Amino acid sequence: MATLTYRDALNAALREEMTRDDDVLMMGEEVAEYDGAYKVSRGLLAEFGARRVVDTPIAELGFAGIGVGASMVGLKPVIEMMTWNFALLAIDQIVNAAAKMRYMSGGQIGCPIVFRGPGGAALQLAAQHSQAFESWYAHIPGLKVVMPATPADAKGLLKSAIRDPDPVVFIEGEMLYNIKGEVPDEEYLTPIGVADVKRSGNDATIICHSKTVAPALRAAETLAQEGIECDVIDLRTIRPLDERAILDSVAKTNRIVVAEEGWGFASVGSHISDLVQREAFDDLDHPVLRLNQTDVPMPYNKHLEKAAKVDAQKIAAAVRTVCYRD
Amino acid sequence: MATTTERAPGRETRARYSDEYRDWLRMMLLIRRFEERAGEAYAVGQIGGFCHLYIGQEAVAVGTISALRPDDYVISAYREHGQALARGMSSRSVMAELFGKATGCSGGKGGSMHLFDAEKNFLGGHGIVGGQIPLGAGFAFAAKYRGTDQVSLTYFGEAAANIGSFHETLNMAALWKLPAIFVIENNGYGMGTAVRRSASIASLADRADSYGMPGVTVDGQDAVAVRDAMEEAVARARAGEGPTLMDIITYRYVGHSMSDAPHGTYRSKDEVEQYRARDPITVLADRMRELGMLDDKLMAELEEDVAAEVADSVTFAEESPDPDPSELYTDVYAPEAQ
Repeated sequence: MATLTYRDALNAALREEMTRDDDVLMMGEEVAEYDGAYKVSRGLLAEFGARRVVDTPIAELGFAGIGVGASMVGLKPVIEMMTWNFALLAIDQIVNAAAKMRYMSGGQIGCPIVFRGPGGAALQLAAQHSQAFESWYAHIPGLKVVMPATPADAKGLLKSAIRDPDPVVFIEGEMLYNIKGEVPDEEYLTPIGVADVKRSGNDATIICHSKTVAPALRAAETLAQEGIECDVIDLRTIRPLDERAILDSVAKTNRIVVAEEGWGFASVGSHISDLVQREAFDDLDHPVLRLNQTDVPMPYNKHLEKAAKVDAQKIAAAVRTVCYRD
Repeated sequence: MATTTERAPGRETRARYSDEYRDWLRMMLLIRRFEERAGEAYAVGQIGGFCHLYIGQEAVAVGTISALRPDDYVISAYREHGQALARGMSSRSVMAELFGKATGCSGGKGGSMHLFDAEKNFLGGHGIVGGQIPLGAGFAFAAKYRGTDQVSLTYFGEAAANIGSFHETLNMAALWKLPAIFVIENNGYGMGTAVRRSASIASLADRADSYGMPGVTVDGQDAVAVRDAMEEAVARARAGEGPTLMDIITYRYVGHSMSDAPHGTYRSKDEVEQYRARDPITVLADRMRELGMLDDKLMAELEEDVAAEVADSVTFAEESPDPDPSELYTDVYAPEAQ
């Protein structure tokens, strides 16, 4: 096993898939000559050339649509959004074109395309650069939404996303790019739609994904010292959601906390709350608790920003509540 | 540099063109009668949703598509019945799609605005104004990426030349010298907004100058003029010389969709009648008569032929089954991924 950063794991996935299949290409702002705004595409221009690593003008709607069109006739573009905040300019092509093409063509035309880039908040980037949009995309039938939290999952899931016959929204995290982890040396694919138990315990379930996985694990560590053992379930994929993994854990622990980065209204957590009350009502010893960003635009001031974000302390406190230990 | 393309002289020899002109005339008649019949079917509830008819614009579809090869790509907006027929999709499969039937070209899931036929490289039928413009450039991108000499034809209305996707796409298509032909079907109105009230310049072809590509203004009521201009654009694209913007001036005789009258608050009855006087079918028929290619007998035969085809398409659509209820859930994701 090699130790790689999340960024380099993504880079390795791109390199392997571009080596394997000439139909795979990368397109986006600053992906080629600048080597990537966040260096995910570092070295790919030198290795694959300008035909396959394509710098675009700042025109998210246009290059997203060119990518969708290319995918309709069989190419497998990986479209980099410098951040998912900017993808709002391209959402017509993601939602109205890519997600609908197979259905409205009666199954004739698919879009094997990946839209990827960092989502959510980093540090002090303020309101327009700190948004978690996964629930928006997860709302749309026809899209898949993938959000890895570790280097190993980042590599295996990006490879699966590139090979997937349908459009995949692949949301990374600026704050995750530098984290390190072990990545298998041999080739592997991580399946889309399968959650991962990152830590096992019988007292409470913490559902998390992407940037809430690390604080959830820290909270679980703290709680273990208090005698509360947590199941920490990393969803890895938001759509299709691994409902079985959630329900199996709740059946075991009878208590569940959902921690996500985005706002709470019509969120991933509200969907999971519905699932659990509908399918596992009798398993529950406490109402589902949800942790979300405070329901305000992200402030710039670092103290206000910290107050707005989900963190390990807030997760631990919620677990104590569902265990009636607060 | 925007120029007006005129028909190349001396090319109309009977030997070369008589079959072709007859085919064009038949196709334009087919589109006209098909659309008239679709309007009737809509009025009695056999066709639902939005339905945008192509009547008056037939020469644009016939003139442009006749310059393409079968392996070239075509994409359009939601006023696309005529282009689908001109591309060679069967009138049965198009009418059945309007009726929402399982035998429709999109299995009854697309309807009037989403006609698809992968075999004919007719890739929609798109309902968001301007949304198909980057998609069409994407086909051209793929052709260039793969080193084929295929070209991509993208249709949109003149109102779509004001949306961001138009400008973003034309810039990238010219920057990357994509084999794309962008056709503005300029029927004068975006719903009820006249082009002079929505575009800041008189000639939309001039917008090509901003992107360093040729822009041409074409008489869209003359199929031969359309074809000649299209041939030049296709030749440029196939030769690797990049995209062309064509502003093809035409007129729709009917309302924007089935829910509005042909004339009213935004244009007068007189104006519609004035344009009807220069009907694209009449323009081609007159030319053929002058050249001795058409007489009353042939015209009557063609009318009879297309009337039979349209009637057959309606019978086929009426007798076809609705999609099976299980079809509600299919085609959201690829079967192998479900």
